[in-house]
Amino acid sequence: MKNGTNPEADRDQKICLSFNVEGGNFLAAGEASIRLKHTLQHIGYPASLIRRVAVAAYEAEMNIIIHADSGVLKAEVTPEAVTIWAEDKGPGIEDIGLAMQEGYSTAPNYIREMGFGAGMGLPNIKRCADIFEIETHVGVGTKIRIVIFNKQKTN
Amino acid sequence: MKVKEVVAALDLTVRSGAAKLERDITGAYVSDLLSDVMSNAREGNVWITLQIHPNIVAVASLLNLAAVIVSRGAEPEEATITKAEEEGIVLLTSREPSFEVAGRLYRLLHKG
Repeated sequence: MKNGTNPEADRDQKICLSFNVEGGNFLAAGEASIRLKHTLQHIGYPASLIRRVAVAAYEAEMNIIIHADSGVLKAEVTPEAVTIWAEDKGPGIEDIGLAMQEGYSTAPNYIREMGFGAGMGLPNIKRCADIFEIETHVGVGTKIRIVIFNKQKTN
Repeated sequence: MKVKEVVAALDLTVRSGAAKLERDITGAYVSDLLSDVMSNAREGNVWITLQIHPNIVAVASLLNLAAVIVSRGAEPEEATITKAEEEGIVLLTSREPSFEVAGRLYRLLHKG
């Protein structure tokens, strides 16, 4: 993801970020989410909102690293909302209903020993998101879209 | 209570983030599952864990935790310490298991 950062500030209206995420690269894991978090802190988003974005982005990023060959984490930040897209080339999800159940995981043992693969990733994302969409094709990959509204902003 | 007071009281070793020991602690969380920590630890918490790989730094950074205590004499990986320094994360180690560390910390945080 060192190559992928490209903040385009639309004169404090819209910021777009894009990060390449490499499957299996646990050393760089979390870097994209940390960059997104720093961006939100820099523009003064409320802490409670930043937390939800950080959790959702991290879980989406980790899902690519744990399960996929490669992927992209993109974010669009406006005064009203943060939208995150996580798109990967990977095995896809055979049973989304099961994957959404807390505690269900297909992660291999060596990954679980690192404390990943607790079966909490997608449920965590859903809990943090105002809008959560998932599209998956077995053997092709998975796309998710997360929207978190900046509700305090409308007051 | 500040991080440095916990370091002194629990006889912890500071492995990174020595400049950030003045920070106040809001509580603590004990878990070795990263998603569980992401979901349940709060800003300013101390996180007690056996995990030693660099991703504990990413979790601590994203949640803005006050410190990570690696327990039971486990040795953080070199990459973890390096990353913690880069991210400004306080990384501490203890000889004691998580139960003892948490118990002593609980007493410290809740006395009076």
